[in-house]
Amino acid sequence: MKYLCLICAETVMEQMPEADAEKHLEEYREFTDGIRKSGHFVGCNRLLPPAAATTIRVRNGKVSATDGPYAETKEQLGGYYVIEAKDIDEAIEVASRIPAAKIGCVEIRPIAEDSKTLSALGFVGLTTGDGTA
Amino acid sequence: MSSSNENAAERVRVTVDAIYRSDSRRVFATLVRLLGDFDLAEEALHDAFRAALEQWPQEGMPANPRAWLVSTGRFKAIDNLRRRARFVDLPPDAAERLGTDDSEGRDPADIGNGGASLMALAERVADGLGDPAAWDDESVEDDRLRLIFTCCHPALSPDAQVALTLREVCGLTTEEIARAFLTAPSTLAQRIVRAKAKIRDARIPYQVPTREDLPERLDAVLRVVYLVFNEGYSASLGGSLTRHDLSEEAIRLGRLLIELLPEPEAQGLLALMLLHESRRAARTSPGGELILLDEQDRALWNRDQIAQGLALVERALSSRRFGPYTLQAAIAAVHAEAPSAGETDWAQIVGLYNVLLRIEPSPVVELNRAVAVAMYDGPEAGLTLVDGILARGDLEDYHLAHAARADLCRRLERTAEARAAYERALSLTRQEPERRFLERRLNELLD
Repeated sequence: MKYLCLICAETVMEQMPEADAEKHLEEYREFTDGIRKSGHFVGCNRLLPPAAATTIRVRNGKVSATDGPYAETKEQLGGYYVIEAKDIDEAIEVASRIPAAKIGCVEIRPIAEDSKTLSALGFVGLTTGDGTA
Repeated sequence: MSSSNENAAERVRVTVDAIYRSDSRRVFATLVRLLGDFDLAEEALHDAFRAALEQWPQEGMPANPRAWLVSTGRFKAIDNLRRRARFVDLPPDAAERLGTDDSEGRDPADIGNGGASLMALAERVADGLGDPAAWDDESVEDDRLRLIFTCCHPALSPDAQVALTLREVCGLTTEEIARAFLTAPSTLAQRIVRAKAKIRDARIPYQVPTREDLPERLDAVLRVVYLVFNEGYSASLGGSLTRHDLSEEAIRLGRLLIELLPEPEAQGLLALMLLHESRRAARTSPGGELILLDEQDRALWNRDQIAQGLALVERALSSRRFGPYTLQAAIAAVHAEAPSAGETDWAQIVGLYNVLLRIEPSPVVELNRAVAVAMYDGPEAGLTLVDGILARGDLEDYHLAHAARADLCRRLERTAEARAAYERALSLTRQEPERRFLERRLNELLD
C-alpha cells in the first residue's frame, strides 16, 4: 500500500527567516535519510508557495487558467502527477489532458529545484520527485 | 571643463532623456529576452542609460543608439552577475552541477541560490552575444509583443496583468498606476513584485502564444490595451485631461496586434481607439477646458483617424464574429459620421447599445444607453433610466452617473436637483478639467 502524505503549514519555507529555513531543511534531511534507510521512502518533493500556483479547468473543450491555488472550492484532492514541462504553457497543455480537468480542476504548482532543497531531500543529481535519482 | 564641453554634455543629456522616453521600454523588452529575468533587465536598462550619459559626451553618439543600449545593458548584466557570483558561497555540488547539467543554468529562478548558478547564467548570457537577432528592428518589435503576452498571461491575476503591462510595457510609474486604479501605491508595488515572482517561479514563457492559443490570449491583451488607452485619454493624474503618449502607445500596440492576428475584436478595439483619438483636438479648449461631444467643433476632428477607424469597424462588423469593442467602435462611428450633433442618428446608437448590453451587460453601458435614450426620446425618459441605475446603488460613486443626472435635470429645468447632482459629481471626480467643467455648469445654474 502506498500513501501520499500532504504537507500543510501556515508558514512556508520562503517566509521563514534564513536560519529557521536552514534548520527546517536540516530536519527534512534527517527525516528523509531515515525513511530511505527504513525502506518507507517512495518519493517526495518540496513545492514552491501557493503564490506560484496556477489552476486550470477544461469546460466545453476550452481551457481556462487562473492565478492561484484551488483551495477555496469544494473540490477534494484525489491524486497527483509529477510532470516535466519546459514552461507553464507546456504544463497547462499537459495538465488540461488530465481527465479530471473536465469535471474538477487541476492545480499546477512548480516543484522546488534549488540546490539546498535537492541536497536536503537526498537527491544527488538534479532529477526530482520519483525517488530514483 | 570648458563651457563648450558642458554644452555638449547638456546636449547629450537632452538626447538621452528623449531616447529614454521613446525607446527605453523597447530596450527593456529585448533585455528581458536576452537575460531571461525582469529584474535583471530593469537593472541592466538603467546601467545602460547611465553608461550612455557618461560615454556619449566623450565618444560621440553611436549610429544606432538602441542597439548600443541593448548591447551595453547585456554586458553590464554579465559583469554584475560575475561580480555577484564571486561573493556567494558555492554550494558543495556546484562544480558538479555546472559540469554535468546545463538546464539548471537556464533557470532564472535559481538566481541567488548560489554563485554557481549566477556564474552559469552569466556565461549563458555571454554565449548569446554574437546573436544578430539581439538588435534587428523586427526582433525588437517581436520582443515588445512577447513582453505584452507575458504580462497578460492568464496565469497572472487580471489585476496583476494590467499593473504589469502598464509598468513594464508602457513604463508608467507605480504611483501613476495606483492613481488610475484607486489603489495605494504600496499595494500596487507589491502586486507587481508578486507578478514578477510568479513569472519567474512558475516559468511563464517569454513568447508569443501559438496560433491555437492566440485568440484566447488576445482577449486578455485587448482588455489591457484598452485600459492603457483610457489612461492616456483621460489621465487620472495632474491637471491635463489627456496624456498623448499613452494613447499613442495603446494605438501602436493595437496596430501591432492587428498585424500579428487580424481578429475582428482587435480591429474593433483599434477602431474604437482611433475614433476616440480623432476628437482629441476638439475635446479641450485652448485654455484646457473640457468640451463635450455635442459642443465640439467637428472641423477639428482628425479626418484621417476617422477614415481609418470607419474602415476597421466595417471590416470587423462584416466578419460577424465581433464583440463589445467593435460595437463600441460602431457607436463612435455613428458620431463620427454625423455632420453635426443635431444630425446624429440616435436611433442607431440606441440600437447598438441594446446589442452591447445583451452581450456585455454592465451598469456603465446601461448609463451610456440611458444618455442616448435621452437624446432620442427626450431627457425625461433618460432620467428615469439613470435614476433606476442609481437606485440600485451600482454607480453610486461614479462621478459620470451624477454628472449625467445633473445634465438631464438641467435640461428639464429641475434646477435644485441639477445643482445637487453636480455637487455630488464634483465631490467624486479626480480630474482637474472635469472638475472645472462641472464647476462651470454649476455656476451657470446659480446665476
